Amino acid sequence: MIFFVLRRSIFGILLLLIISAFTFWIFSALPSDPAALTCGKNCRPEVIEANRERLGYDKPLIEQYGSYMKGIFTGRTYGEEGAAVHCPAPSLGYSYDRHECVTSLIASTLPVTASIALGAFVLWMAIGVGLGTLAALKRGKWQDRVATAFSVIGVSLPTFFLGLIFIMVFVIWTGILPFPRYVGLTDNPFEWFMALILPWLVLAIISAATYVRMTRNGILEVMNEEFVRLGLAKGLPRRRLIVRYVLRAALVPIVTIAGLDFAFLLGGALVTESIFNMPGLGKLTLAAVVNSDLPILVATTMVAAVFIVVANTVVDILYGYLDPRVRVK
Amino acid sequence: MSETFILEARALRKYFPTGASKMLQRPTDLVRAVDDVSFGLRRGSTLAIVGESGCGKTTLGRLLARLIEPTAGSVVLDGVDLTAASARELLELRRDIQLVFQDPYACLNPRHSIGQSIGTPIRIQKTLDKAAEKARVRELMELVGLNPEHYNRFPHEFSGGQRQRAGIARALALQPKVIIADEPVSALDVSIQSQILNLMEDLQTSLGLSYVFVAHDLSVVRHIADEVAVMYLGKIVEIGDPESVYRRTAHPYTKALLSAVPVADPRRAAGRQRIVLTGDVPSPVNPPSGCRFRTRCPKAAERCAAEEPVLSARSGDQPSGHRVACHFPE
Amino acid sequence: MTLLSVQDLHVTFGTADGAVRAVQGVSFDVEPGETVAIVGESGSGKSVTANSLLRLNFGADVRIDGRILLEGRDILAMDETQIRSVRGREVAMIFQDPLTALNPFYTVGHQIAEAFAIHHPGTPKRELRKIALESLNKVGIPEPSKRIDQYPHEFSGGMRQRIVIAIALVNSPKLLIADEPTTALDVTVQAQILELIAQMQAEHGSAVILITHDLGVVAEITERVMVMYAGRVVESASVADTFLTPTHPYTRGLLKSVKSLDAGRHERLESIPGIPPSLINLPSGCPFHPRCAYAESLGGRCETETPALHLVGSSRSACHLPDERLLGLLGGGV
Ligand SMILES: Nc1ncnc2c1ncn2[C@@H]1O[C@H](COP(=O)(O)OP(=O)(O)OP(=O)(O)O)[C@@H](O)[C@H]1O
Ligand code: SF4
Ligand code: SF4
Ligand SMILES: [Mg+2]
Repeated sequence: MIFFVLRRSIFGILLLLIISAFTFWIFSALPSDPAALTCGKNCRPEVIEANRERLGYDKPLIEQYGSYMKGIFTGRTYGEEGAAVHCPAPSLGYSYDRHECVTSLIASTLPVTASIALGAFVLWMAIGVGLGTLAALKRGKWQDRVATAFSVIGVSLPTFFLGLIFIMVFVIWTGILPFPRYVGLTDNPFEWFMALILPWLVLAIISAATYVRMTRNGILEVMNEEFVRLGLAKGLPRRRLIVRYVLRAALVPIVTIAGLDFAFLLGGALVTESIFNMPGLGKLTLAAVVNSDLPILVATTMVAAVFIVVANTVVDILYGYLDPRVRVK
Repeated sequence: MSETFILEARALRKYFPTGASKMLQRPTDLVRAVDDVSFGLRRGSTLAIVGESGCGKTTLGRLLARLIEPTAGSVVLDGVDLTAASARELLELRRDIQLVFQDPYACLNPRHSIGQSIGTPIRIQKTLDKAAEKARVRELMELVGLNPEHYNRFPHEFSGGQRQRAGIARALALQPKVIIADEPVSALDVSIQSQILNLMEDLQTSLGLSYVFVAHDLSVVRHIADEVAVMYLGKIVEIGDPESVYRRTAHPYTKALLSAVPVADPRRAAGRQRIVLTGDVPSPVNPPSGCRFRTRCPKAAERCAAEEPVLSARSGDQPSGHRVACHFPE
Repeated sequence: MTLLSVQDLHVTFGTADGAVRAVQGVSFDVEPGETVAIVGESGSGKSVTANSLLRLNFGADVRIDGRILLEGRDILAMDETQIRSVRGREVAMIFQDPLTALNPFYTVGHQIAEAFAIHHPGTPKRELRKIALESLNKVGIPEPSKRIDQYPHEFSGGMRQRIVIAIALVNSPKLLIADEPTTALDVTVQAQILELIAQMQAEHGSAVILITHDLGVVAEITERVMVMYAGRVVESASVADTFLTPTHPYTRGLLKSVKSLDAGRHERLESIPGIPPSLINLPSGCPFHPRCAYAESLGGRCETETPALHLVGSSRSACHLPDERLLGLLGGGV
């Protein structure tokens, strides 16, 4: 088991290296010239060249990548002399558009996204797995039909549409909730909570729809397994049978998919953050796209990749723990 | 040689690497699924290959049809070496050798009508135009005992036996010379098995087909084989005329297989002496040294661990007759 | 006292395509220690009958009628607690596919121990482990003290079936239902498992209902045979009678289709024409009549009148043919 964890972790680190190199390469291959972006519209070519040199964009790609990776561990100084800016480790670059270290931009936006993702995740797993289980156990009854209707509608609703409806209903018409304005958890937990309710609900409902169906079908499938019938034939009480035989088997694959979905969400909930005006990673990325702010894009891509690779690794290890069949002897 | 044999296997081997896809694992473990197998299939006859699960019989069938590439050795169809053929030639040669599967679903697309599925090989090989294809498919359906009016029905509307008939019709679409049938009746009910076996026999007579019939059951084979080969862990351990293999069984494994077949006759069942083998078939990744059967063989001796027995004629038999691979044949 | 008495069992499933009448009016008795076989083709209702005996039709839209008396107590009338104390303790079951019959998430030792603990609550852990170890040993698992903590996927098919048998026998049940216990196994392993079942039966004195489609297996280990077709019992007789003087055209057809090791080269097999009927649209009268070569000789009677099981010689048969013809089925032609 330890060997398995070790192997998986090494594999994850290797994967991250490859992804980071690849990201770097892709963005450098884009037609837009990062040096040109550093100096306004009517820039003279000499300035661009000078900037290119100053920023290191004239160096071979490998070298650029090298100093970027080094910056992550040692911090890095951008520019020279009076104009020099130091970004302490872990430095993910410097945004000339915003005149800020990318790391601090991410550090300020990540908690927002994390708050959204975490709450939505808890909510959607509760709704998805709960409703899915109920539907499977009450198959064909009204509970099942309600759950199925929920999942069909949820899957087909676009996020922005549901978001707008919620704003209309809860904020504009009834005024139950204030218009979401993000406040840090440590600043004011209550306002934090109030601001996040709507984004949580929207994301949870949309994601839960898929999970209702997955859970329901997973459980029904497992219920037809011979080992469940053997459990019943042994004389196991129904409750225990469902928890230890059916749910256990049905939820293992769902947990792993959920882990990945969660990581994906951590990389930025683009639409949700935009609708509810949440200053998260998604909005940061979106703005960077609009402004062709390459340092930010490289960094957010890498951060998202880290989440996904880490989640993948954790999920794999967890899977090995939950399902003895994938454990390596 | 090629006068008498329509299909020949010459020293065929197929090794599958295991664990190669998993990172950081030694890709050195090999499953020796088929390990040095040679035989010849006589024109218009049936060769049965019998063995338990994992003995390599399905892999052998796939090698013969060139669905997979052999690790070593060659397959010769009607004098032409399939393993040396180019891709173009191969496409043409494939017409002559067709497969019938255990699970007919394997070759019937659930979203295609049964008629379309039967006609697929014709469309792939482009041997006929649309109208002619349809006519040919109807003819084939009739030939295998399906109602041609069911052309537009879907596989799930048919019973297992009918689906197997469709699988056979599909295999016949290009008028092959050889059919490789991989456990074609194992998944069917007893009474339906007989229907399919009889159908295959009739087709053989009327179309002059040659069969390689893969089975796990010696009793099914009895009714259809002209020659029978028994496989164990990738090797042929006994081969010959069924008359001789069943009555003058030489290999201890064949003996055990025969005695394990339940006999549907209570009078004989009671008095029968049964050899019950202990244990399971060992892993083909690390087969036992010497004779691969020695871990379960009631007659195993020291020599069996040290020296691998070669397939050779029984005393008194011709080199091409009843052959056995055992140091101490009966 | 009769151990099990099934009386006029009917099982119907509600499906999207209509009501599937899987079992219709099946009745039979099993005496203590006896071995009875149920034979029939796929879909004839063997498994449904077996599952109904313990009400295992889990999660399906099902209706079960009739009476299933276990030592006089009606299983169909029991409440959840009562039926649970029967399952696994008085009546145990072995399933067809050993590869899927064990819970992949728990060790085999745990699963054997669990089967015992359910019916003996409060048994100390050490005791349970000892029991599991003994069971593994008894069913012939080598190195049980090492294997006890392994998971099902670490065992071969034959080994897993041994473990399923160990689970079934850990409470010494009065009745063991084996639903095609060897169908998924290789012939040489099948021989081992049949021998094990016979040996365990002798040791525990359990009665066995063996479900199979293989007449060979029947001849080897059972005493009495019931042949099912389209949800009905069409013949019920001793093993000797079934094989030597079958009294139903379907049984005769089955026997004639059995492949024999002694057959001559290219010896033609007799086969039953056609296919088993759909259980949603059953043929009128005798369900076998569309495939029966004898039906014509009885005028239209087979199409209109469903034959009931009745005594023919020492067998019971559900066929309209006169006794002397039934008793001569195997000898004479059609
Ligand atoms: N849960 C269910 N819902 C609907 N139909 C069912 C259900 N379970 C079984 N059936 C139907 O009942 C009929 C009898 O099935 P059963 O499994 O008893 O046959 P069997 O004799 O055991 O066949 P086999 O040899 O294939 O195991 C079949 O037509 C089957 O499709
Ligand atoms: S060579 Fe030895 S071990 Fe192999 S089959 Fe013959 S007697 Fe048995
Ligand atoms: S009742 Fe008629 S149809 Fe049915 S088995 Fe007898 S002869 Fe055949
Ligand atoms: Mg069954």
